[in-house]
Order: sequence, then C-alpha cells, then structure tokens
Amino acid sequence: MSEKPIRVLVAKPGLDGHDRGAKVIAQALRDAGMEVIYTGLRQTPEQIVGAALQEDVDVVALSCLSGAHMHLFPAVVEGLRKQNAGDILVLGGGIISDEDISVLKEKGIAEIFGPGTNTKEVIDYIKEKIGKK
Amino acid sequence: MFEKDVLEKIRQGKQKYEEKLANLVQKRPERQEEFITDAGIPVDTLYTPQDIDHLDYEKDLGFPGEYPFTRGVQPNMYRGRLWTMRQYAGFGTAEETNKRFRYLLEQGQTGLSVAFDLPTQIGYDSDHPLSAGEVGKVGVAIDSLWDMETLFDQIPLDKVSTSMTINSPAAILLAMYIAVAEKQGVAQSQLKGTIQNDIIKEYIARGTYIFPPEQSMRLITDIFAYCAKNIPSWNTISISGYHIREAGSTAVQEVAFTLANGIAYVQAAIDAGLDVDEFAPRLSFFFNAHLNFFEEVAKFRAARRLWARIMKERFGAKNPRSMMLRFHTQTAGCTLTAQQPDVNIMRVAYQALSAVLGGTQSLHTNSRDEALALPSDSSVLIALRTQQVIGYEIGVTDTVDPLGGSYFVEYLTDQIEKRATEYIQKIDDLGGAPKAIEFMQKEIQDSAYKYQQEIESGKKVVIGVNKFKLETERPKDLLRVDPEVGKRQEAKLVKLRAERDNEKVQKVLKDIEQAAGTKENLMPYFIEAVKSYATLGEICGVLRKVFGEYQQQIVF
Repeated sequence: MSEKPIRVLVAKPGLDGHDRGAKVIAQALRDAGMEVIYTGLRQTPEQIVGAALQEDVDVVALSCLSGAHMHLFPAVVEGLRKQNAGDILVLGGGIISDEDISVLKEKGIAEIFGPGTNTKEVIDYIKEKIGKK
Repeated sequence: MFEKDVLEKIRQGKQKYEEKLANLVQKRPERQEEFITDAGIPVDTLYTPQDIDHLDYEKDLGFPGEYPFTRGVQPNMYRGRLWTMRQYAGFGTAEETNKRFRYLLEQGQTGLSVAFDLPTQIGYDSDHPLSAGEVGKVGVAIDSLWDMETLFDQIPLDKVSTSMTINSPAAILLAMYIAVAEKQGVAQSQLKGTIQNDIIKEYIARGTYIFPPEQSMRLITDIFAYCAKNIPSWNTISISGYHIREAGSTAVQEVAFTLANGIAYVQAAIDAGLDVDEFAPRLSFFFNAHLNFFEEVAKFRAARRLWARIMKERFGAKNPRSMMLRFHTQTAGCTLTAQQPDVNIMRVAYQALSAVLGGTQSLHTNSRDEALALPSDSSVLIALRTQQVIGYEIGVTDTVDPLGGSYFVEYLTDQIEKRATEYIQKIDDLGGAPKAIEFMQKEIQDSAYKYQQEIESGKKVVIGVNKFKLETERPKDLLRVDPEVGKRQEAKLVKLRAERDNEKVQKVLKDIEQAAGTKENLMPYFIEAVKSYATLGEICGVLRKVFGEYQQQIVF
C-alpha cells in the first residue's frame, strides 16, 4: 500500500467526561489502518481547530454526551472554515436527538453516529468520503 | 463446608454425570463452545458442593449484620426496611429540578439524589466562557446559595436524605446544604445524606476533576474530619465503581479499582491524623448493576466481604461499622439501547433485581429513554415503579440473602474476591491508587474495546442492536432542556452580584485563600463564604489559584 493513511483527530469538546465511545472509536479507526490522534477531555472548539490544523488531519470526529453539542459542534466547523480548512470532514457522536441531527447537518457536520453504531459503519463511511475527494 | 463422605459420594456421582454429559454434548453440541461471565470467569455446566468445599461458613459467609458481612450489613435486611428508592435527577434551573424532586417524593420515592450540571461539577459559574452550552444540561445549575435555596424549597431537610453527585467542589456544595438547612431551622447535626466526594475515580473514569490529587485529598480529609464532629449521620464519601464500570471495566475490575480507591482514602485520612474508627463508619460505596445477573449478585457480596477483610486486617479497624460496606446501586446506563427503547425496561428490572439480591442500601433504576435524552416524567415513573414491584410484589425481600448458599453464586463470589485481590495487589505494587490511575485507565479501555468487539462479532448479544432488529420510530415525548436556561442563570448572577454585600464576599474569599495555604480545615470557611453568597465559581477560582489544576495524562 503506497497510499497515504487517513488521519483522524478524535476530540472531546466541552466539559463532558464520557470518553468510552471516543476511545473505542479511536482504537477501531487505528486498527482499521488510520492514523489517529486523541485530544483528551475538555477541549474548546478553538483548541480542536488548532489541533486539526497542526496534525493535518482529514477527519475530525467529535464526541459529546453532555447535551452541549448544538453549541460545540458547529463552532468547530466554523473555526475550520475560518482557517480555510472547511474541507476537513467533521463527524459527531453522542446522545443527540433527531431534530438536533438535522440542524447539525445543515451546519456542516457531515454525519452523526448515535448509540449502538457499529464501528465498521464509521470506518466504511470515512473511507468512502475520504476516498472520493 | 461438607462432611468428607458426603463429598466423596458427590464426587462419584458427578463423575457419572459428566460421562453422560460428554455423550450428550457429542451428539448434540451446546449453543456455545464456552460459557463465560462478563469478567471472563468460565462458567461450568453444573456447580455442586465440591466447588465451594474450601469455604468456611463462619469465616467466609457468617451471619448478616456480622463480619465479614458477605450476607448483608443488617441482621434482617429488607424485612425491617426496604432499600432507599433514590432516583438521580436534575436538569435546567433549580426551579425545574425542585418540581421534579417534589413529583418523585409524591410518587413514593424515599430519598433525593441531585444531578448537577457540568459547570457546577467543575466549579465554573454559569457565565464562565467554558460553561457555554453546558448550563443545566446534565443536571441542575447551581451558582450560589440562592439556587440551592430554590432547589430545596418546601422540602424538609430534617426528613429527607439527600445524595449529591458532586466531587471536586463537594465541600462547597455540602456547605450550601448546611446553610439551606439552617435557614429551614434544621441543625446540621440532623442532616442525612451523601456527597460523592470521590476524586480518584474522576481522574480514572468520570472526568470532573479540578485540583491535583494531593490538594483534592486534603479537601476530602477536611470533610471527613468536619463531618465526624458536626454531621454524624452524613456519608462523607461514596466511593464509586459505577463510573469505572460505565467506562467499560469488568465486574472484577469494578470491585478491585473501587476498593483500591477506598484504601487510598482511608490511608490519606489516617496520614492526616484521623482515627480509623472515627471516620470509616461513614464511608459508603456506589456500584453498577450490569447485565450478567449472577455475576452481579456475586460482585456485591464479594465486595462486602473483601472490604470487611481490608478494614480489619490491613487497617486494624475495631468498630464493626468501619468494616461494613454499605452501598448505593444504579443500573447500567451503558447497557441501554437507543433501538427499541422499551426493551430497556426489562434490562433495568433484571439489573435492579441483582442489586436487591446483592443487598443494596439504595437504588436508582434507569429510565428506558436514557440512550436518547434525559428521562421524561413518564419514563422516570416506570423506572421507580420497577423498584416498587421488586420491593412490594415478588417476595424477594422476605428473607436475607436468598441466593446465599447457591453453589454457583458462592463460587462466583469467591472467584471475584480472589481476582479483585490480585488486582489490588498490583495497584499496591504501583504505589497505590493515585499512582495507578493510568494503569487502571488502560485496563478499563482494553475491556471496553473487547466488549465492543464482542458485540460487533455477535458473540455478545444486544437485542435490537445485533439481534432481533426492528425499525422503530423514536419516542416522541423526550425531555428537552430549555436552551434558554443558560441565559436565565446569567441574569440571576447579575442580579446576585448587584444585591449582595460585595465587600463581605471579597473578605470571605481572601480568608479562604489564606486558609487554603495552611493545614486548617476549610469547611468553616466555605460555610461562611456561601452564606455571604459568594458563588461556587468564585470560591473554586480562589482554590484554583492556590492549589493549581490537574493535568490529564492521555492514555490511548
């Protein structure tokens, strides 16, 4: 394989401490051959944007289970766009209602993965989207 | 536990049985190649007295209410009084949560359990930039004594016991509770309740830490000392395996890491000059009730026995109450599915039953819709009714430890104790729990990943997720937290700062700053400060300045 591996930043925005999902996803993506950076807890949207640029990632995967996703997820997308990095694929995961999912998608979060998601589904989604570019 | 000749007969009988069994299985293979518990303990076809022969009834089981408390902490358990039915609740503003509390009490709930929002848990006021989007979301927003007065409005604090899920700033929230009680005319010595106050598991698995370990431990031992003198019935800590399990640990790891954390608190208090029998009777625990039914029952029993032995043998406690592991249980949030959410009612019922058969002192049953949102009123009611069915209808509360003596449950109890003891030894070798945080995180993470892989391979069945799937619509009556709650809290803070005596506030904050740098007990300073309506964020801000902040090590 001469192809450059897909680089993913798994990030925990806000004050939420539930990182089981983020870590499981991070490990699954890594096992699928991607290069994964995990930010740890309590990241501001600005810090996440900074890390995404510095690490030159293709994907930012956000995880939030505290209900603050409507504030935090769009702030990351906006931050990336301001830095001319709007092409980075932004994904989200957490306890997120159907109504919120539609709004988040309008605001540029490409996909939301809820509880019960198979990690393979996320892997396939990322491979397909990044492959297309 | 058995006569030699009886055992010999059983051995011979078992041999014949196993021959027949081997033939049967050869002809008709079993459903699985191997059967194991969630913690990886192999499960045999049958358990007999042979499997528990090494147990000594007096030494290993004993009588309920007596050392080593394997069979329960009270002599007659639920025949005297049922467990406290205590639903964790809180969202939005203090007004809204006060309404939910009063609703739950009207429906027969017997204790309160406060969920605070993340800014409160991390010591930021609602108007702090990092609070944006988080105010009132996972719990109620408390900025000052004013909010706390509203939260307990018309709730008599001399009658109700209150548990507060608060850790880093536990001392300050306890100070507010004391101040509210005083305004109601209730002396602090009458107060009953619990603060979680378990910082080590925050570093390991839950994430609402503020200060570094040493300073956090000092706040904890200050609380131990203050309560021993002033609030004798207060549970000063709830050493929690719940979140460790939610983060992905096995049942064995849950017991081991929780008790290892307990050991660290006891050691810290002894090092701070406290007498073990003075504070240890007020230590309490908090466990998860997960899906593997018998393993869960055995887990509670094993935890009780192991803690009793640790307190007696390791710390030389003399008072039996110091050796008693009293615990709250919550059903496992992580086992709830967003798919076919009504099925969660059954999961919760079995989990709750395991906690009752394991001898819990209080219980929270999760609501069916928690993989989708905060629970609605109707879902919370079903969850509470589930406990009431177990308590009042099905007869499991009529005798003590009804599964005690089950060959299988006793075998599992013994296995969990043994395996947890090995883990605790490893943590001791690393220098104790505060030094083994990354080790525990890695162990939990590995278990979580394995669990997920087993779901994805189909080895572990999750109804509605990887088997018996069904396209269903999401329920419509989900609870939605008012997005304006942040603005309302901000407005309240503006009013507070305009109306209070700001000179007084500056003085009490200065006093805390000075005392924090000494070895003085900080509790009286916090009580003084909250009474002057200094905010939680202001008080924690001062402490952040003196103590510094914890920096997470990223284990991945």
